[in-house]
Amino acid sequence: MNIESGQLLFYVSGSIAVLASLFVVTNKNAVHALLYLVVSLLALAMCFYLLGAPFAAALQIIVYAGAIMVLFVFAVMIFNINQTDIDREQQWLTWQSWVGPSLLAMILLGEIVFVLLSQQNWATNPSSVTQIELVDARAVGSLLFGPYLLAVEIASFLLLAGLVGGYHLAKELPKKTTTQGGSQ
Amino acid sequence: MPELELMIMIALMVAILVPTAAMLVWFERRLLGFFQQRYGPNRVGYFGILQSLADLIKILFKHDWIPPFADRPVFVLAPLIGAMAILMSFAVVPMAPRLVVSDSNIGLLFFLAMTSMAVYSVVLAGWASNNKYAVLGGMRAAAQTISYEVFMGVSLLGVVILSGSFRLSDIVLAQQDMWFVFPQFIGFVVFMIAGVAESHRLPFDLPEAETELTAGFHTEYSGIKFALFFLGEYLGMMLISMMITTLFLGGWMGPWLPPFVWFVLKTMSLICFFILLRAALPRPRFDQLLEFGWKWMLPLALLNLVGTAVVKLWGDF
Repeated sequence: MNIESGQLLFYVSGSIAVLASLFVVTNKNAVHALLYLVVSLLALAMCFYLLGAPFAAALQIIVYAGAIMVLFVFAVMIFNINQTDIDREQQWLTWQSWVGPSLLAMILLGEIVFVLLSQQNWATNPSSVTQIELVDARAVGSLLFGPYLLAVEIASFLLLAGLVGGYHLAKELPKKTTTQGGSQ
Repeated sequence: MPELELMIMIALMVAILVPTAAMLVWFERRLLGFFQQRYGPNRVGYFGILQSLADLIKILFKHDWIPPFADRPVFVLAPLIGAMAILMSFAVVPMAPRLVVSDSNIGLLFFLAMTSMAVYSVVLAGWASNNKYAVLGGMRAAAQTISYEVFMGVSLLGVVILSGSFRLSDIVLAQQDMWFVFPQFIGFVVFMIAGVAESHRLPFDLPEAETELTAGFHTEYSGIKFALFFLGEYLGMMLISMMITTLFLGGWMGPWLPPFVWFVLKTMSLICFFILLRAALPRPRFDQLLEFGWKWMLPLALLNLVGTAVVKLWGDF
């Protein structure tokens, strides 16, 4: 794949990601919004791939689009959304409620553009940003278990805490509830 | 011109895979008949070989009905997602040396990603049908596939450790001395069980358990959309058989016969085994299914992973 077609693909998938994210925020039906979020995540995975991180792209699809979003859809599915919910959503989504978030997002966008423009190498030589450096699974692994080991461990602590919490909530309560109420 | 060559290859692959999946329906029914000491479909053409064609013609002329209470866009999209995600995964399967659409360096991960995308088809079909049986089927499908996906991935890591690559052709070539089914027997068994569960085949077809849920997630589907679900299921069975062949049974490698023939032979015997499973095993209860997954399969897969890693590191020092 030459640079031009790679760039074109990148811009296409980038625009899909942005558009789909917009639809996520504006859609009134929760399940449709979630589906747009899945599309957005897939487009992001495509961007990762084109930027030279195939491993991250695959994990993005497997973990985010494949597992976490399925859980979201699963949960929303049980809420039994009907037309009244959609109408209520319609009432809540007035233009006044958009002002604050849009303003904050605009400030963030400005910051990103400023940071990108202030980087010398990009301003002088635009092709250096599009230079693709391949990051394979081995490189990701040695980085995660090398310099970023502490972050990985902290994240796994967090996940473990979540797991224990989930286990506690889903635990079958004893038939006779004592005054301590399941402190075991 | 490599692009044109690639396009022709993709077109050929779809042109071969889809009719083969349709033929599998007939093949399965005949084989089930054989296992159950009856004839099965044997009227259309020699040995009933044209049965699938007759079914297809019938299904094409059916009224393509969308229930008024359904969520139209999602209802139409759901069967497409499943068939497409599974068809995409065939792109990374090497059927013979250089006979592969994309010998990607993340081939194995691509396969896992596409199987996890295929879940949406069932879940969304269940939700969009707006029917209690369909929703129950969709919920079961979501819980089942998420659970079984976890150790499906873990069971494959042993193979990745031994071959040192996610590229499927590298994995096949790494089995030159010994098929991975021997050092990775636990991984093989776990992957096979997970594979059956992922393609919703009996004994793990709880999302469409007809005795309890009429037809589960595809209760409201008819005509060509229903056919797409069916196609997805049979393509899924083919895909899992091909993956087991590639990952554990040495892929295209074998003596005397040409590589492609070996690949097809191994895949076909696995498909026959899956059909035998369907004829032989009853369906478990849903909680039994999840308990089996989380309490037995996941620990087994993890132990297999740790064991393989230890042996590999021991060998390297």
